[in-house]
Amino acid sequence: MKILVTVTEVADADDEFEISGTSIADQYLTYDLNEWDDYAIEEAVQLSEEHDDIEVVTVTFGAERVEETIRTALAKGADRAIRVWDDSFEGKTILDPSQKAELLAGVVEEEEPDLVLSGVQSGDVAIGATGVALAEKIGYEWAAVVNQLDLDRDSGVASVHRELEGGVEELTDVEPPAVLTIQTGINEPRYASLRGIRQAQSKPLDVVSPDDLGVELEESAIELTELVEPESESDTELFEGSPEETAGQLAEFLREQGVGA
Amino acid sequence: MSDVLVVAEHRRGELRDVSYELLTAGRELADSTGGDVHAAVISGDVDSYAEDLNREGVDAVHTVEYGEEFNHGVYTQAVEQLADEIDAQYVVAGNTVNGLDFVPAVAERLDLPLVTDAVAFETGDGLSVIRELYSGKTEGTVEVDSEEAFVTVRPGEWPAAEGTGDAAIEAFDADIDESELDTTVNGFEEVGSGDVDITEADVLVSVGRGIEEEDNLPIIHELADALGATVSASRPIVDNGWLGQERQVGQSGKKVTPDIYIAIGISGAVQHVAGMKGADTIIAINNDPSAPIYDIADYGIVDDLFDVVPALTEEFGG
Repeated sequence: MKILVTVTEVADADDEFEISGTSIADQYLTYDLNEWDDYAIEEAVQLSEEHDDIEVVTVTFGAERVEETIRTALAKGADRAIRVWDDSFEGKTILDPSQKAELLAGVVEEEEPDLVLSGVQSGDVAIGATGVALAEKIGYEWAAVVNQLDLDRDSGVASVHRELEGGVEELTDVEPPAVLTIQTGINEPRYASLRGIRQAQSKPLDVVSPDDLGVELEESAIELTELVEPESESDTELFEGSPEETAGQLAEFLREQGVGA
Repeated sequence: MSDVLVVAEHRRGELRDVSYELLTAGRELADSTGGDVHAAVISGDVDSYAEDLNREGVDAVHTVEYGEEFNHGVYTQAVEQLADEIDAQYVVAGNTVNGLDFVPAVAERLDLPLVTDAVAFETGDGLSVIRELYSGKTEGTVEVDSEEAFVTVRPGEWPAAEGTGDAAIEAFDADIDESELDTTVNGFEEVGSGDVDITEADVLVSVGRGIEEEDNLPIIHELADALGATVSASRPIVDNGWLGQERQVGQSGKKVTPDIYIAIGISGAVQHVAGMKGADTIIAINNDPSAPIYDIADYGIVDDLFDVVPALTEEFGG
């Protein structure tokens, strides 16, 4: 059995930043493994630890820089990795879930995984639609926003909980092959061990181009044309001074409200 | 082709609030195209839902009787067929857990662009969608270069449609291919029922990622004890297992409306704010003055929580 995990590197902006064109200027960005994907990797690795015959493969779209993030996924226990890239994508942010899905679909067709685990969203652009778009494209079943997964190897059914709003979960059975989008909190992602980090260096990391996959992206109908920093709407009354002074002023306010009486 | 199709959302016998907001968002788009607003309501007690959805600005409500609860296979097929039937220019659904479970599939089937999580529209010469990027630190304009498109809209951004409309309520006989329904919904489970009911608390001391480590939590509990308050938390604290789900405030947790809400080390992501904006007075303690929590806080202390919180506890004899 094979599990494909989609792994994205996301950009986190500093508190203070400047915008250049339709992006945050690079010097204010820190790149890291997408938080949701960290949980997806962990879920796949836990399944592979329970069942000897499960292979965990990761797929990442990105320039060479993302290999550091890919090695992190390998260090956490994925068996091998695929990076999809073509220099023509340099400097572009893909906002179209269908395009992302198209790129991933090429890899799915090659690998034919039984399960695809994908973070619910990526922390920077937060589209939240790629997993389901991918499932539809490749004819897999799917479940979005999964926060519990029980895989019954005998019946072949994945019983999942989908995290709905307001503290309610939907209990759903999905028949693989399927794409599951993974929500944070489904497990406790591990830290890469030193041994894992060492092993990751020798695990296979293949680089393929969309061309190799037979994927030709049509021009997207969606384009980011402007990026601005929203005006702060804050009219917060701030208490000023040392921690003792501010705490004192807040305490006085709270007492006026009858708190702690 | 100028009409707008809005897909309502319901769960366990009730329309969800976002459904009425979608009607308003749909009306805004229809005003720009000169078309009608069609609402679709699928599964469950559709006739009663249809009456509720018949609000001002709605021209037609289409009911699809099939099963009780949301099933993405049913929604995908029904919406695909309805969009075709009315020749919809735009299809609008909630940027919700269930919205994101079927809309991408329909958009994919119809080969139409999808923009998620809209907070505003710019209409005129075509459609542009305003949405946040980089965790709410920036706002982007996404231009849609297509006659037709799918949009999911963020809950709480458009006001609910009100009044009573004169919509035609019509049953739509969707042709649901059952062999395509490989996903079975078996039921629901309430999570986060525990000894504590944060929705009943008058004063909440709420802790977020800024607390950094589980070992730092005692200063939060000490403050809550000194104030006679209840401890609640934002998502990362619960994801980490440091506090139980019954204490989670936000979209996927509880909606709280205390007299006083003290947000400590909470940045104020939209999912969190959805659960606490109904508090009478919001107080933020966060050392990042640009954190979105200050967009809604009434009072604030921009300083290190590890200095302020113990000092505040001391003020109350803790």
